[in-house]
Amino acid sequence: MLEISGLAAAVNGQQILNGIDLVVPSGEVHAIMGPNGSGKSTLAYVLAGREGYEVTAGSVRFEGRDLLALSPEERAVAGVFLAFQYPVELPGVGNANFLRTALNALRRARGESELDAVQFLKLARAEAKRLSIPEDMFKRNVNVGFSGGEKKRNEVLQLAILRPKLAILDETDSGLDIDALKIVADGVNALRGPDFSALVITHYQRLLDFIIPDRVHVLLGGRIVRSGGPELARELEASGYAGLTAEAA
Amino acid sequence: MNAILDAPARGFLACYEATKNLLPGDAGVREQAARLFRARGLPTPREEAWKYTPLRALNEFDFKTPAARAASEAISAPALAAELGPRLSFINGRAQNLSPELPNGIRLESFAERPVLGMTADGQYNFIETLNVMLAADGAVLEVTEGQDAHTLVLLHLAAPAEAEAIGLHVRHRITLKRKARLTLIELATGAGRYLHNPFIEISLEEGASLQHVRLQEESAQAFHLGAVAAKIGAGARYDAFFLHLGAQLSRTELHVMLEQPSASFRFGAAQLLRGAQHGDITTEIFHRAPGCASRQTVKSVIDERARGVFQGRITVERGAQKTDGYQMNQALLLSSEAEIDSKPQLEIYADDVKCSHGATVGEIDPEQIFYLRSRGVPEAEARGILVQAFLAEALETVEAETARNMLNAAVERWWEGCAQ
Repeated sequence: MLEISGLAAAVNGQQILNGIDLVVPSGEVHAIMGPNGSGKSTLAYVLAGREGYEVTAGSVRFEGRDLLALSPEERAVAGVFLAFQYPVELPGVGNANFLRTALNALRRARGESELDAVQFLKLARAEAKRLSIPEDMFKRNVNVGFSGGEKKRNEVLQLAILRPKLAILDETDSGLDIDALKIVADGVNALRGPDFSALVITHYQRLLDFIIPDRVHVLLGGRIVRSGGPELARELEASGYAGLTAEAA
Repeated sequence: MNAILDAPARGFLACYEATKNLLPGDAGVREQAARLFRARGLPTPREEAWKYTPLRALNEFDFKTPAARAASEAISAPALAAELGPRLSFINGRAQNLSPELPNGIRLESFAERPVLGMTADGQYNFIETLNVMLAADGAVLEVTEGQDAHTLVLLHLAAPAEAEAIGLHVRHRITLKRKARLTLIELATGAGRYLHNPFIEISLEEGASLQHVRLQEESAQAFHLGAVAAKIGAGARYDAFFLHLGAQLSRTELHVMLEQPSASFRFGAAQLLRGAQHGDITTEIFHRAPGCASRQTVKSVIDERARGVFQGRITVERGAQKTDGYQMNQALLLSSEAEIDSKPQLEIYADDVKCSHGATVGEIDPEQIFYLRSRGVPEAEARGILVQAFLAEALETVEAETARNMLNAAVERWWEGCAQ
């Protein structure tokens, strides 16, 4: 589904990614772990198409298409979803309206019929209920006045409603208590299936107790320095990243 | 003794000379205005109050008095949702059959029948008012009797000059709400072609009265709009105004509000949306003259391309106006690097126990917000539209009358769609 090869990228002229090779097949969940500054969030933003992230080498193919040639909205239409590490506040934009606008933008671009307010609310309420998200979250402005945990839950609610093929979770676990963590994990696990893949970016192993990855990759200095099964996450939890730094050097 | 008058000033005076014997009301008051106008002419940017709004674009035109009812028969008023309320229509500045089915408690006459003319600006030369006093030909004189709720009334201004003609429309309305009377006034200004619209509205609210005034200014792209509202608010009375300004190549609206008696209140929300080479100016002057009065003003501007917005707001708290609560906020969203906003707040406070504040923000659409929406599949132009409307939503939400609010929201959408093309 996702094939990254030799990907290098710079932000403000500073090289952050230095040749990433990574393949995430359909139906698999891969975790990317690494210390602060290793390039995890940069990778997430490059995949989502954020401005200011300059790809200097390499390629990214998504279902065989050149992902980097697409605008952010085209990537969303193709089925890529980024759960933001810091979800953005949109004062004056109601959450329900935002979610419906997004869903209908995707449906329109895919040649599907749009949902009216009633159809949408039925769908949205069912998803919110499944994720134990209170309905008043629909009435509030997008992320405005939300606690850190509420913002992350709102990302997962979007994930559940927009149903992407590839979800990139950028440290969605940071700052969450155990209950919120389970909600996030439930949201992702519910989507798991042969046509869904996820890239779970995290600093800690904790989230991976709830979302069991198929593969774990360690990102260091803008490169993947080790890959392994789920046991690699536990190993890192015990030994830290320090040993790997030496190994990489 | 006369100033050297430029072309438009000479044109306005020629109109006056040609029509003064036909105009209603006190000829002496008009002559006084004409004398003042001859001496002062059009304000220039050297005058503090007009520093940011040059009128030189008027130079190219000679605004004629429209031939009475000539064009008006040929055009029909735009289809308006009947649910808004009974409508008073002014076409090319002239009342059209001023006899809609009016609710009980409203007395309506035309200015031509009951011309009350007078300068409200004390001693100072006010160009917009002087021009209006000199040339006002028609208008509505409206009174809501004591204790009556007159519900909603629509005041429509429609301009339709003949091709290649530039006309001047000087209308003068007087709206009086007696004790505890209530009214929602929805004012629409629109038209086609080249014209100068110079409306003046005198408002007088007696004790405990409540006026909600919603305006949609959607003049033609070649129009000039130079208008003013002068309001006197009595004890415990409320004047709530919301103005949405979208049209005209050059517009200036002045609000002169006197909070004359204790516990009078004024709430003003405004949004001006400007693009191309449009120039929009909202200038307010609020006088707190009695204790315990409140004024709240929130003015938002969305400015695209080379357009320029102006907000000047002055709050004067007179001696003895203790426990005044004055608030003024001006926020601008600039959508292009050439867009400009000039913001000038002024507080003059002569009482010691008052709460007065003002603030201003100027910014662009946050690229993070755009990216967030795009990452969810919303195309960039639509994302920008959502964020512009979100910026305005806070202001539009203050309009209590739902039909009026819907009308304004629809106008904002029309404007935005025009931008995206």
